[in-house]
Amino acid sequence: MQGRGNSKFQETWTRLKKNKVAFASLFILLILFLIAVFADLIAPYSYSEQNLTNILQKPSSEHWFGTDQYGRDIFSRVIYGSRISLSVGFVAVGVALLAGGILGAIAGFYGGRVDNVIMRCMDILLSIPSVLLALAIVAAFGTSIINLMIATGISTVPSYARLIRAEILSIKDQEYIEAARAVGTNDFIIITKHIIPNCLAPILVQATFGVATAILTVAGLSFVGLGLQPPIPEWGSMLSDVRAYIRGYAYMMVPPAVAIAITVFCLNSLGDGLRDALDPKLRN
Amino acid sequence: MVRYIIRRILFLIPTLLLVSFFVFAIINAAPGDPAQLALGEGATAEAVEAKRIELGLDKPFLVQYLTWLKDIVFHFDFGNSYRSNISVSYQITQYFPNTLKLAGLSVLLGVLIGVPIGIIAAVKQYSVFDNIVMSFAMLGMSVPAFVLALSMILLFSIHLQWLPSSGFSTFSQMIMPVVALGMQPCAICARMTRSSMLEVIRLDYIRTVRAKGQKEFKVIVNHALKNAVLPILTTIGLQFGALIGGAFVTETIFLIPGFGRLLVTAVTNRDYPLVMGGVLCVAMVVALTNLVIDIAYAFVDPRVKAAFKSSSSSFLAHMKMKKSLKNMEQSNAR
Repeated sequence: MQGRGNSKFQETWTRLKKNKVAFASLFILLILFLIAVFADLIAPYSYSEQNLTNILQKPSSEHWFGTDQYGRDIFSRVIYGSRISLSVGFVAVGVALLAGGILGAIAGFYGGRVDNVIMRCMDILLSIPSVLLALAIVAAFGTSIINLMIATGISTVPSYARLIRAEILSIKDQEYIEAARAVGTNDFIIITKHIIPNCLAPILVQATFGVATAILTVAGLSFVGLGLQPPIPEWGSMLSDVRAYIRGYAYMMVPPAVAIAITVFCLNSLGDGLRDALDPKLRN
Repeated sequence: MVRYIIRRILFLIPTLLLVSFFVFAIINAAPGDPAQLALGEGATAEAVEAKRIELGLDKPFLVQYLTWLKDIVFHFDFGNSYRSNISVSYQITQYFPNTLKLAGLSVLLGVLIGVPIGIIAAVKQYSVFDNIVMSFAMLGMSVPAFVLALSMILLFSIHLQWLPSSGFSTFSQMIMPVVALGMQPCAICARMTRSSMLEVIRLDYIRTVRAKGQKEFKVIVNHALKNAVLPILTTIGLQFGALIGGAFVTETIFLIPGFGRLLVTAVTNRDYPLVMGGVLCVAMVVALTNLVIDIAYAFVDPRVKAAFKSSSSSFLAHMKMKKSLKNMEQSNAR
């Protein structure tokens, strides 16, 4: 997808721009991304600094979203939380894509017994609900942010492996692959240069949804205390803190809840938009 | 048909064996000595050593696995919890019904609301109804269950004081947990039904039925829905499995004595027999759900039924078809 052969990319882009919801989502996601990157500059306070003389303050001009039970500024914590959620989401999907991609590509490309063994293993992983699998991995290896990313990633490997295998199966017998093989290109180059670029579209769509799911999974795990530990400002664990103060201090709930909802909503509708843009026949 | 069902049940055995091995291997790869964990920090070295022998941890990995597996298969015995020393299978039978009830009711709610909405949205594609309802479905997919649960507690338990905020035995206690957990399957069912119906409605045979003068209601329900139902069934099955695995958050909020909360506590306490037993049980339920869905396919879809009247090659063909359906489902419903 480089050089002058860019027409498909441009075509998709044009179609995506016409889809207002998806385009707005992309825009909001970019802003969120910038907020995450420049959290240090945007957040007025530190996310972990406690100020016990100033606890459970209602929103004010000084603390836009109020303060929590330790006097920490909720606005700053939500800002830093975007960093956590987005990085967990993207790294988890990266892990899943890498592992699933390699396994799926090998299975699809070589077929036969290799294919059978790999796909059987994937079926097994698939029969454990992904949240539960993440839970089991966290149970075994502890709840550091890296483990959480890997656990969330691994639990979705099978769906990527399946998708990529299916894509490769539909591509590998086409003439241009045969041509590449006829001139003596090796398998690695064929897979990475010729096959993968041609099956990027559905992978991109699934990865977008995948980031949304990963963010929800980690928020859920953190909410029950199995995810990121305090004082890391994870949105799910912030909501979990609110539970004890829900009578009287419900305003604490709004910022992290809205932050999760907006992020996941934008990712989901961007995924929807991408799918429609990449596959125009679905829209007519 | 009977042969198909038997074959499908036999298919479960290797799957579950591999799942059990996988779960056992992950948990055993965990750092830390289970004997030490079982006894707590203050235990003496001799006591730990004795516990290691009692738990069979001195034996090779494979022997440990086979012993564990043998007890499960022949006695339904998953060992005892490290913490409470209560048998894991007893705890599972105590806690599982609540989770099954919660997940089952939530999926039911999701299907009862989601499927009709999806059908109407498909029939009136791009109408105001379609746009509004599908935006809500997107929102339903994006708001985590615990956010909805907390908001409902705030509104209905604290402000209006209509519903109790915890427990799961009376009807009024069940309303909020089921709604909170059912929102996501409802949204996914609605989206899946809509896209599946849209695909069918454009086909020629529907035009033929309409041309014949059939009533619109019958066209949709008797003719279109019948062919659109397979991916919807898959969705329902997958959702049920996902809810059994994901109910722990809702159970934690509403203090429901369910299996998910049991498992969360087990993970917090690093109570490995309970974690392994629990995960394996869920995998079993998911596998059984898939089995039921597969059999339901055969009853619903005459094409599938016909494929099974004959040979094993058609069984493979069916598995392939099922896989492609699942792939389709994954990319469409999300």
